[in-house]
Amino acid sequence: MPASLRELRQRRKSVAATQKITRAMELIAASRIIKAQRAAQAGEPYITEMIRAVSAVATYSRDPHPLTEGPERVRRAAMLVITSDRGMNGAYSANAIKTAARLRERLEREGVEVVRYAIGRKGIAYMKFRNQPIRREWDGFSDAPTFAHAQEIADALIADFLTPYEDGGVDAIYGVYTRMESMLTQTPRARRLLPLEVVEGVHDPAAGELLPLYEFEPDPDTVLDALLPMYVRSRVWFYLLQSAASQLASQQRAMKSATDNAKQLIERLTREANQARQAEITQEISEIVGGAGALADAAAQD
Amino acid sequence: MAEGDVLFVDVVAADRRVWEGDALSFIARTTEGDIGIMANHEPFLAVLVPCAAEVLTPDGKREVIAIDGGFLSVADNRVSVLSQYGRLAHEISLDEAEHEFREAEKKLEQGDTSETNRHHHDRAQAQLAAARKAHQVD
Repeated sequence: MPASLRELRQRRKSVAATQKITRAMELIAASRIIKAQRAAQAGEPYITEMIRAVSAVATYSRDPHPLTEGPERVRRAAMLVITSDRGMNGAYSANAIKTAARLRERLEREGVEVVRYAIGRKGIAYMKFRNQPIRREWDGFSDAPTFAHAQEIADALIADFLTPYEDGGVDAIYGVYTRMESMLTQTPRARRLLPLEVVEGVHDPAAGELLPLYEFEPDPDTVLDALLPMYVRSRVWFYLLQSAASQLASQQRAMKSATDNAKQLIERLTREANQARQAEITQEISEIVGGAGALADAAAQD
Repeated sequence: MAEGDVLFVDVVAADRRVWEGDALSFIARTTEGDIGIMANHEPFLAVLVPCAAEVLTPDGKREVIAIDGGFLSVADNRVSVLSQYGRLAHEISLDEAEHEFREAEKKLEQGDTSETNRHHHDRAQAQLAAARKAHQVD
């Protein structure tokens, strides 16, 4: 017999309690994900329009501005990594951290120094445990970010972006977030925020093509100065929303498989317990029968 | 401009798309003053101040939208307005907008000139302007 009946029953009880918790967490995640997904979708037009406008300016404007023209060589880059505050999300945080590690490796191979900015306790704990320096960290809102959070993070990034390299500033900003493709797939992604990457919708001008001349009001510098923080804020906002939705989807899935697993475990433990109970009864009966037989034998001999 | 020329207008706020559709003209206020945009406008990028933007649709209707700044971009016969906040005028009640504006003004007079408060004041002002404009039409 593998374990005593009492032990088996105890284990089954504990698994049942765990199942209740995971089931509750699954339901909570399921109810919140709809909201998060809706927020992520509602925020999408803003970011697409923003990228369209900014890319158009970057492609067509001839004015040198930090927004449209990066330094000739990137020496130090900021890496913003978005992870969750809590566990129970399956591989959500681990995947984001892995993607960030790959990005860091690639950048360091190119001779770029990487400065870390972490969002979410999981990522912060991971980096701290490995003694990796973090320049700024934020936590406490990984599943329900607000625009104010995005603004705070973006403003910190912009401040460092506009600081000269010699004073500890960064030449580029990268963001690692998890894109919510669907309820089933969430892919971690690494993207460059600044300097701008030309995205779809705006084609690279062919050589000799006449570019439309952009008119700026009041003047190019003022407009681009105003555009830069808005652009970074909206990108960060978009990343936060996408990551929050991904986190909840991932949590729901992880908790569902945990619940299913608990169910299986309970089934197995119940069977084992029944078997043990049956074995105990059988043993008792055979002991009684054996005892009675021995008594009868003894009486016959007398 | 040829008869029936329209441009596409897209007004988006940080949290949702406020209005999109074809329009004959679009009016908003930049840091320099009011600007009207019609079809085939040259590529243009401007910083907006909080205001009540107006869209004239091809069927002759007027749509008023309160926005709290942001910027305006025109390219390829398409106007995009990006503002952190945006609301259609007919979603705003005039009384509420007036009340909110007075509250914001009072706070400002009391010397609370923090950025959020000034922002709130501008937003309330834009809302009120939009609500007033919308009520003039009706």
